[in-house]
Amino acid sequence: MLWRVDVLPPSGPTRIYLIDGDLTRERIERVARSLLADPVTETAAIMPADQPPPIPAGRLVVTVFKRPGVMDPVEESAVKALADLGEKVRAVRTGLRYLDPSEKVGNEAVDEIVEGERKFSRIALGTPTEFRLVHISDLDPAGRELSLNDKEIAAIRSHFEKLGRAPTDVELETIAQTWSEHCKHKTFNAQIDFNGEKIDNLLKSTIMRATRELAKPWCVSVFKDNAGIIEFDDRHNLCFKVETHNHPSAIEPYGGANTGIGGVIRDIMGCGLGAWPIADTDVFCVGPPDMREEDVPPGAIHPRRVLTGVVEGVRDYGNRMGIPTVNGAVCFDERTVGNPLVFCGTVGILPKDKSFKSVHPGDAIVVVGGRTGRDGIHGATFSSAELHDKSDELSGGAVQIGNAIMEKRMLDTIMQARDRGLYRAITDCGAGGLSSAVGEMGEECGAEVDLENVPLKYEGLTYAEIWISEAQERMVLAVPPERLDELRTVFRAEDVEATVIGRFTDTKRLVLRYRGVEVGNLDMEFLHHGVPAYARAAVWAQPKETNPPIKDKPDFAEDLKKLLAAPNICSKEWIIRQYDHEVQGGSVVKPLVGVASDGPGDAAVIRPLLSSTRGVAIGCGMAPRYGDIDPYAMAACAIDEAVRNVVSVGGDPARTAILDNFSWGNPDDPEVLGALVRAAQACYDVAKAFGTPFISGKDSLNNEFRAGDRVIRIPHTLLISALSIVKDVHRCVTMDLKEAGDYVWLVGVTKQELGASEYARLIGLQGGVVPKVEPEMAIRVHHGVARCIAKRLARSCHDVSDGGLGVALAEMAFAGGYGLNVILRETAPVRAVTGEAALLFSESPSRYLIECRERDMYAVEKELGEGVPKAIIGQVTRSGRLEIIGRGAGRILNVPIDELKAAWQGTMRW
Amino acid sequence: MVTAPRAMILRAAGINCDRETAAACGKAGFKTEIVHVNRLAERPDALHEAHFFIVPGGFSYGDDLGSGRVLANELRVKLLEPIRRFVRDGKLVLGICNGFQVLVKSGFLPDPFADYPPPVTLTHNDSGRFEDRWVRLKVVSAKCPLWRAGDVIECAVTHGEGKFVAKGGEVVDALAAGGQVVLKYVDASGAEAGFPWNPNGSTANVAGICDPSGRVMGLMPHPEKYQDPTNHPRWTREGLREPDGMKPFVAAYEYCARL
Repeated sequence: MLWRVDVLPPSGPTRIYLIDGDLTRERIERVARSLLADPVTETAAIMPADQPPPIPAGRLVVTVFKRPGVMDPVEESAVKALADLGEKVRAVRTGLRYLDPSEKVGNEAVDEIVEGERKFSRIALGTPTEFRLVHISDLDPAGRELSLNDKEIAAIRSHFEKLGRAPTDVELETIAQTWSEHCKHKTFNAQIDFNGEKIDNLLKSTIMRATRELAKPWCVSVFKDNAGIIEFDDRHNLCFKVETHNHPSAIEPYGGANTGIGGVIRDIMGCGLGAWPIADTDVFCVGPPDMREEDVPPGAIHPRRVLTGVVEGVRDYGNRMGIPTVNGAVCFDERTVGNPLVFCGTVGILPKDKSFKSVHPGDAIVVVGGRTGRDGIHGATFSSAELHDKSDELSGGAVQIGNAIMEKRMLDTIMQARDRGLYRAITDCGAGGLSSAVGEMGEECGAEVDLENVPLKYEGLTYAEIWISEAQERMVLAVPPERLDELRTVFRAEDVEATVIGRFTDTKRLVLRYRGVEVGNLDMEFLHHGVPAYARAAVWAQPKETNPPIKDKPDFAEDLKKLLAAPNICSKEWIIRQYDHEVQGGSVVKPLVGVASDGPGDAAVIRPLLSSTRGVAIGCGMAPRYGDIDPYAMAACAIDEAVRNVVSVGGDPARTAILDNFSWGNPDDPEVLGALVRAAQACYDVAKAFGTPFISGKDSLNNEFRAGDRVIRIPHTLLISALSIVKDVHRCVTMDLKEAGDYVWLVGVTKQELGASEYARLIGLQGGVVPKVEPEMAIRVHHGVARCIAKRLARSCHDVSDGGLGVALAEMAFAGGYGLNVILRETAPVRAVTGEAALLFSESPSRYLIECRERDMYAVEKELGEGVPKAIIGQVTRSGRLEIIGRGAGRILNVPIDELKAAWQGTMRW
Repeated sequence: MVTAPRAMILRAAGINCDRETAAACGKAGFKTEIVHVNRLAERPDALHEAHFFIVPGGFSYGDDLGSGRVLANELRVKLLEPIRRFVRDGKLVLGICNGFQVLVKSGFLPDPFADYPPPVTLTHNDSGRFEDRWVRLKVVSAKCPLWRAGDVIECAVTHGEGKFVAKGGEVVDALAAGGQVVLKYVDASGAEAGFPWNPNGSTANVAGICDPSGRVMGLMPHPEKYQDPTNHPRWTREGLREPDGMKPFVAAYEYCARL
């Protein structure tokens, strides 16, 4: 019998439960009352599922169910709860019923959206299929469908010609996945001709080279494992990884971000022998939130819906996992409208002696966690291809929804198994599923897998689908045979499946079997190293910088308010408050700070061990607009900003590690690749000079959106994430002004750098000089400020970034609830600045504002040292106003801080 | 006189505040143990070795079917009598956030010995979404030994379904008259006020209630998230001071030590 229970909440859509089981009406009523509907606020209606309720006359009913096979975590919980009540049911499905919805509901990529009611006669999924071994005789169409290029197809053809046979479908899929840009980073590892100069391997010659040459003893494992590992204290290491999930998020923002954060958490769970996640980060780049609906290109989702969707996706996963989401950023740009950028990061902690893994021949291959379905087939190849306006129809199968509670159960049990030493290696099933996880773990030795042993969500998957499915919430362990029984017990005790699917061998081959028949047999050497070397062309012509004049005004109050209200600068409180920053109990500096806990904190600080006062600061930097003028300057500024952010709260610049995440356009275009080379060169130069090693990174290429014959290319975007050790969290500071009478220092030099700045956007200024990092001076500034904080001389500290000095001063004032008198006259350290607007809004990097007591003035001066440009530019007042005397000795701004705060908070009160 | 009072912290799929709750109990002096619901269901007698039983925060079973609903159902089916006996024995039960939702939806609050289902529930915030913000709580009853009447306590709320509602206004009046309304959301002056001081729209600003004995307590805010001076959102302005959040754990320890 298939029952339907409609639960009516006081507001919002009706929840529909379809329950397939042999229950009498009396029993289904008991279930509905005690389990499905809240007895105080809700009512339930029960009916057979083939007789849905009549549609009220003249009303629009929209019924939304997840497409068959799309993850709906409620189903599993419902089956469990029913079992607790003694009711065995075959399946549960849930849906929503909207009455006269005011806006579009559901998303065709993952939902079945029906106007009117739906009848159901059957909800069980899957039918057994017959096993048929498939050989691919014509490689060209099959290879191209898997995003392989001609050269790669030729290499595969010649490999199999030598073997005298055609590859099977699962072999070709395995090769395509292993060789995908997503997994192999072919562009970064390619040989590049850059303006005639030969670069052998961009990654190794820039980003990894900086780390190698810095050779910091506290770097434990870099660019090897699922995440970079650095030392935390005597007994623990920290690991950090940031991933992009751009393409899935373009099609299904909620699911894309949801599985994005779920995936990067698994990277941490699979780092070393498994780390405990302690913090999440998220950075989004989307189109303008106020875009007119008719301007959104066909096939793209409106930026506002993208942003609310990705925020909810991160929120629902991170909060459920019990990981505080503590740091992030949002960047708005017209060019990300069809191809939003979604960066998700996770920091983890692990014991020093659990930081390395090894695989031994004979170890069992054990898959743990969720079951395998037809989810996300071809995600790895999809994420390496460009988007177009039909992407949502063609690649729906690549989009998924996560199940955070399955992952949490897996985390809880993995930690127990790790601490009991029950496995030797672990990795996550990310893009490419079992294929990539087993393929990577067995690279050095060999592996054989019996695919029929993989637990399935439903019947009907082919052996190839089982192997490449990207079903979420699964991990693979290498388990010594003698520990298998104990391992199974640990997982079974908390209802997590752990299944032996094969073993690691010493054959250096990847052997796949299905029901005893060999369906794949690949040489590991060919699989991992057979991808043809790439040669690519890159060009870059540095555009000649202009320095257009900027008109001065008698009063800048209106400009400052407009800047504070600009989407890139305004308060993101509506996002931040939806994330749990308190869970795990170690919050020290929250993302929102100040007298009313609503000011923009520069970075977050957490204390991962509740018994210790040692902390970790997490920050980020990015400046995609600068890349339009100079990608080198853009990358340098992103690093500088990330370092400024962690230094501002008390991070140690000498113990700061950074991560790179490139989101770029199509590298087949030599200019796009040239920009990438320039950015990577800046990464080397600045990281090396700063002494901040890269420990992990990732690139996402082909970020373009094709709408008809128009190609929209994203701005070159480099996200830098920073992780910094805080020796004693009691020395942390926040950016809000603390007390009237205190003095405010401007540290670092202001130059005429308004190119691609927020002010330039506001006044429509074209061109201009883009902000540039001067590494030698920047280091002195960062370290000088850090010394002031470490010696408790700085009562507040804020980095100067988007919107320049004017915005930073305003933020400090309204976050602290104090007024501020500023005199810029001859005191402010400037170089070649003409005009008041330039001084107020230039975005020169390596600048901070710090507040100190009057009695500490000289100590601050001494601590900053000779080589650091600095001046006292203001004093904290009780006036409740920000007053600025400009260089021309006239008052250029005098405005109540409440007005400034209202402007800053007014844009995105969503 | 119990020399080493023991706290048992329940864990289940999706519970995620067990570690910091255990840390707060440990700091208060308890011998602390985190137990998975499957183990407790296998051996319910283990409960009676403890003196303080906590259902911590999180998203038990994803809050699928409603916040706390699936774990509430499980406790009711598998552990109803053992938990009732624990209460009758004069021991303390605390539900924090999701744990509060579980205690209400399983009927242990507002009265573990009354008819099921109870006339109160916790439902979606008026804002319609999960929110993280710090609030002030006023202790308005002396009934529960975890709190001292008149105290004002700061701590964080982090929830999407924390709005306390009852079937009819007389239910809350009766609870208040019986001293079972223990904690109310108040503003900076200590007066009852609307959003954001009351973060979810709870009826009569109720933040936490206890049973008629005072020994079963539930609250939406998270005292365990304020167990260190640096947890406070304004410690960099106002200095380091004794964390309010430790008060109920210390009081529970003192109570249990007298058992």
